[in-house]
Amino acid sequence: MLNYVFQRLLGAAITLLLAAALVFGILLTIPGDPAQTLLGLDASPTALAQLRHQLGLDQPPPLRFVHWVTGALHGDLNQSIRYDAPVSRLLRERLSLSLPLIGLTLVISSLLALWLGSAAARAAQARSGRDTWITAGAVLLSALPSFWVGLMLMLAFAVRLHWLPSGGFPGWQEPGRAALALVLPVATLTLTRVAILARMVRSSLLDSLSQDYVRTARAKGVSERRVLYRHALRNALIPIVTVLGVQFAELLTATVIVEAVFSLPGFGTLILSGIEARDYPMVQGVVLVLSALVVLVNLIVDLSYGLLDPRISYG
Amino acid sequence: MANSPSPASLEKPVKQRRRWQRLPPALRVGGLLVGIIVLMALLSLVWLPADPDAQDMLSRLQAPSTSHVLGTDQYGRDLLARILVGARASLLVGTVAVSIGLGSGLIFGLLAGYFGGRVDRTIMLLLEALYSLPALLLAMLLVTAWGPGLVSAMTAVGIAAIPAFSRVARASVLQVRVMPYVEAAQALGARQRRVLLQHVLPNILGPMIVQASLTMGAAVLIEASLSYLGLGIQPPAASWGRMLRESQSFMMLSPGPTIFPGLAVAAVVLGFNLLGDGLRDLLGQRN
Repeated sequence: MLNYVFQRLLGAAITLLLAAALVFGILLTIPGDPAQTLLGLDASPTALAQLRHQLGLDQPPPLRFVHWVTGALHGDLNQSIRYDAPVSRLLRERLSLSLPLIGLTLVISSLLALWLGSAAARAAQARSGRDTWITAGAVLLSALPSFWVGLMLMLAFAVRLHWLPSGGFPGWQEPGRAALALVLPVATLTLTRVAILARMVRSSLLDSLSQDYVRTARAKGVSERRVLYRHALRNALIPIVTVLGVQFAELLTATVIVEAVFSLPGFGTLILSGIEARDYPMVQGVVLVLSALVVLVNLIVDLSYGLLDPRISYG
Repeated sequence: MANSPSPASLEKPVKQRRRWQRLPPALRVGGLLVGIIVLMALLSLVWLPADPDAQDMLSRLQAPSTSHVLGTDQYGRDLLARILVGARASLLVGTVAVSIGLGSGLIFGLLAGYFGGRVDRTIMLLLEALYSLPALLLAMLLVTAWGPGLVSAMTAVGIAAIPAFSRVARASVLQVRVMPYVEAAQALGARQRRVLLQHVLPNILGPMIVQASLTMGAAVLIEASLSYLGLGIQPPAASWGRMLRESQSFMMLSPGPTIFPGLAVAAVVLGFNLLGDGLRDLLGQRN
């Protein structure tokens, strides 16, 4: 087991290093001189030289890459050009909003998917029409663009009914208003994420429910609820957790979009303002941290298989 | 009796209908939706209800009427005309992105699956790194480097699709390369290139077509998202994402410009997703 964990950790580290090289490499393809692009054609040679030095452009690319990666390992992601502040500090501030948004979405969409998916699986076993409705709804929902769902929810609940704010975030110092401001963004992310998860729960459960141990449990007189949650679901968890891991990367990108729709000051709007201002260190830093999160979640998913199913051996 | 149709002529349509009905329902619905969108894009090349870029400030934010079937936007531009032109842009981005993903994915997948060993491990490691960069973030990086526009969007979506295509190709090659006809070709002394191109490649195209359909839906969605964020197709060119972004401030006055482009995106994504699912079902039935 320890050997497997070590191998996976090493694999994750190599993946992350390659991803960092990719992020760094893409920004090397900027046509022309980035300092000139940022300061304009009228910039003085002194200002250009100063900015080139600040961005590290006066050093060869391999050396810049090594400096950037070692800095990132120490929590230093360089200085933002637009905000004139450390990227790591800006990102930390923004993550205090984005991480609760992602966490809430993950919890709510997982619970909802378990409920809907198991209802669809039970309906499919009973050959009820409810399964078709739930499955068709899930297929339809998974095709909807998250920003459009956000706009439609905003149109209904903020613009027409005036029940919820249409955007903005007052800060955590006002917990009541902050929670209200997150209702529509979380609902948007949940609605677009829950469909794929619910479909996976359904198919995984249907597969488990057709196994011999379920028939044995039923023959022993175990209640249908216990059969579903204690016997079938436990054995259906691995594909569900795998999809949850894959979904995480998509959830990150959906968060960027939803934050833009609802004008939330999270990492999404930070990266967008970075792109607008051509703030290369900031875009580079934020993308690196988000890739690291994706790698980390995939690592956790891989390591969780043994806990979810003790039959899996890592020998 | 002389005018009654012969039994043979009665039989033919019934057979055709049954064959159509035997296709998976997802394939039928998906094919229909994709067909409609493709027709819309083709139609926009020869006919449009109005000039999609012509502004008419006296007819701003009009509700659907006989002169403007879907109404007008905040500049008085005809919504239907802009949606038709937007279909063209969406399909173009999707097609180019799928071509990049499919072409590169086939090469990587064939090499990794056929040669195995160190080649396989190296390719899979590189793909894993690419996979840890979600498509939209990759697009954002390219846009930061090259500036916003169609080329950045298409390239980014195409590159982001490479890992998925490669994995499908690799998995299919692993199945195909142990087939008797491949072993026979090898035993007869066929060169590796010939075995790969003439015996392996044609037999892995089915799963790749399924993946292409699913990627097409994803590509359209990412392009719309990029355009919504202001990083994709630039104004005044019409794109569904951009239309939604521009209409957001006016949705209290007229919801049409916010509703219709979103429905168009959803129809294309749903169409290609269903088509992919249906093709997979069909291939599963055949195998």
